[in-house]
Amino acid sequence: MTTAPTAEPGDAVRLTGLSRTYGSFTAVHPLDLAVPAGSFFALLGASGCGKTTTLRMIAGLEEPTTGTVALGGRDVTALPPYKRPVNTVFQNYALFPHLDIHENVAFGLRRRGIKSVAKQVAEMLELVQLGGLARRKPHQLSGGQQQRVAVARALINKPEVLLLDEPLGALDLKLRRQMQLELKRIQTEVGITFIHVTHDQEEAMTMADTVAVMNAGRVEQLGAPADLYENPGSTFVANFLGTSNLIEAEVTGTSGGDIQLVAAGQRLTLPAARCAAEVAAGGRVLAGIRPEKVALTHRDDEDSVAEGRNRVPGRIVDSSYIGVSTQYVIDSPVCPELEVFVPNVERDGRLVPGAPVVLHWNPAHTFGLDAAQDIDAGIDADAEEAAA
Amino acid sequence: MSAATAQAAGPPPTAPGPGTAQAAPRRTAGRRRLTPYLLLLAGVAWLLVFFVAPMVYQASTSVQTGSLDKGFKVTWHVATYWDALREYWPHFLRSLLYSGIATAACLAIGYPLAYMIAFRAGRWRNVVLVLVIAPFFTSFLIRTLAWETILADQGPVVRFLNRVHVLDVTAWLHVTQGDRVLATPLAVVCGLTYNFLPFMILPLYTSLERIDGKLHEAAGDLYATPFTTFRKVTFPLSLPGVVAGTLLTFIPASGDYINAELLGSTNQKMIGNVIQSQFLRVLDYPTAAALSFILMAAILAIVTVYIRRAGTEELV
Ligand SMILES: Nc1ncnc2c1ncn2[C@@H]1O[C@H](COP(=O)(O)OP(=O)(O)OP(=O)(O)O)[C@@H](O)[C@H]1O
Ligand SMILES: [Mg+2]
Repeated sequence: MTTAPTAEPGDAVRLTGLSRTYGSFTAVHPLDLAVPAGSFFALLGASGCGKTTTLRMIAGLEEPTTGTVALGGRDVTALPPYKRPVNTVFQNYALFPHLDIHENVAFGLRRRGIKSVAKQVAEMLELVQLGGLARRKPHQLSGGQQQRVAVARALINKPEVLLLDEPLGALDLKLRRQMQLELKRIQTEVGITFIHVTHDQEEAMTMADTVAVMNAGRVEQLGAPADLYENPGSTFVANFLGTSNLIEAEVTGTSGGDIQLVAAGQRLTLPAARCAAEVAAGGRVLAGIRPEKVALTHRDDEDSVAEGRNRVPGRIVDSSYIGVSTQYVIDSPVCPELEVFVPNVERDGRLVPGAPVVLHWNPAHTFGLDAAQDIDAGIDADAEEAAA
Repeated sequence: MSAATAQAAGPPPTAPGPGTAQAAPRRTAGRRRLTPYLLLLAGVAWLLVFFVAPMVYQASTSVQTGSLDKGFKVTWHVATYWDALREYWPHFLRSLLYSGIATAACLAIGYPLAYMIAFRAGRWRNVVLVLVIAPFFTSFLIRTLAWETILADQGPVVRFLNRVHVLDVTAWLHVTQGDRVLATPLAVVCGLTYNFLPFMILPLYTSLERIDGKLHEAAGDLYATPFTTFRKVTFPLSLPGVVAGTLLTFIPASGDYINAELLGSTNQKMIGNVIQSQFLRVLDYPTAAALSFILMAAILAIVTVYIRRAGTEELV
């Protein structure tokens, strides 16, 4: 057992003060993390934020600068990778090119001295639906098939923890969706703890029970996907997970469970329970609202909007039809670029660029963030990284 | 390439239309089809002039009879081959043995070195690689002569080996004689090993360097100890380099005569020495040519069996 104060036997992985620096650059800041046994845990973050480094420290492929790694309550920080009960699905699969699929999958079993592997390998290949390809070499498989071999090769060892480093990164969208479901199915079937690294927020949300959002070497927020989406704790999370409209507002007072705000003369209401920042009258706060929670009404019909809703006037700048919904960009006094996604149920023909509109939403859907942070944090973090 | 071919294949010939419309595209298609052959032309010419022609000439020489004064004539005297083989088979055997041992020694020395350069040298990698080929900056002859000095009877190396009784062991193995290293099989094999070592290291390095470091990590992750990782992943993946390196060492070493000439005595003459003296001293051209062909055939046979065994096409 570790001496970590909150060590629980139910944790498959427990990281305590784990950090890694390269020279003067800190790739991972001291990190405390507990992953419950049997859960599907996603590590989500933009490129270069330290996801792979964290994963490699758990696998033992990278030595931590400080801190400890405990697996199933046992401190393994000093153990080499081949003595740790974890297996990794590498970012680019790293299948052995000189061995066929059968031997690739059997590799771990053979190293542990298990002689009769045929049955287990066949079962595992069946599980990942590669039954007929056992005698092929890796280069004779498609990307998706190779990825499944990589999963099978790791999974067959029944590790305590399976580490997956962006295993779906190289696949096209359709195959990726399919593999996400398949991985989720396999995880449910075998009940092994998965730690899945990805920079695709949709992937993290659809697959994981718990998502840890990483930013620049730190875990910014951790929670169930819906919880993270509904109650982001920082502008980074609000912008990185989906899209958020963030409106800078002044606090005018509190009443009941609500905080009263005013932004560019517009009164807004924010549930105190959903505000991640300390507020005081006269202080500033960022009021956030998800684009799909906002309704759009033409200015002529303003009177039809129910009382008690948050409302903001604006003018349509741009609209794009994307099938399930129409996405509008609205110029408003409170914010020059508000986004609104309106489902294409009953389309109002007057809602075209240039039209004056009223945006309104249920105040309960508003969340509050500390105004003392970069309002654009997490927007296109990947794109910036790629350009750099 | 494939696009060009596909285009060249073009639409299937339809009804014969007026020629002018089709003539132009057809001509470019024809030229495209010719391009690969035109590109090969220089290489083929080279082969014809410097490989095929001498081969044919040598082949004809090997079945001639006569003497230098009266001139040689093609008489289809195939018996030259049998006579040559009967007389010089010990030299053949010795050549294959020496070069085989030298190749093994090169592999034993070169593999760890190539491994270090590929995986451990870090920023020294290029420096070490230059050092590996540095000996090529001096001539083969001078390098071999240097070994005469290194292995000189009164030199420090021999004296040291004598002191620690290594020479007793090697003498017992019949690879040295008495207190000498020069003029023994050991000296010749040392020279061969030294001279051909870079030919082993470079292909080994190339194939090792190509191995994705992630594969080592993957093996470690799958419970392989560092040694098992080497045995099951690194070494099999470096086999193409091993095959290339051993061939590049063995083939020229078995035809070499400089090392045996300078570092050996008459008892260490290799087949290269025989061929050289037949050509240049005895002036028995047919025998020399026949010996060359026998050597070539022997090497070809050995290499074929070896490549079959190593199964290289599976590995690349
Ligand atoms: N060996 C190294 N030396 C110096 N810096 C490194 C090294 N390895 C990683 N880094 C740096 O550490 C940071 C985190 O790297 P890491 O590979 O963990 O990113 P990541 O989150 O996995 O990104 P990606 O999504 O692109 O895979 C990066 O900024 C990277 O440049
Ligand atoms: Mg990564």
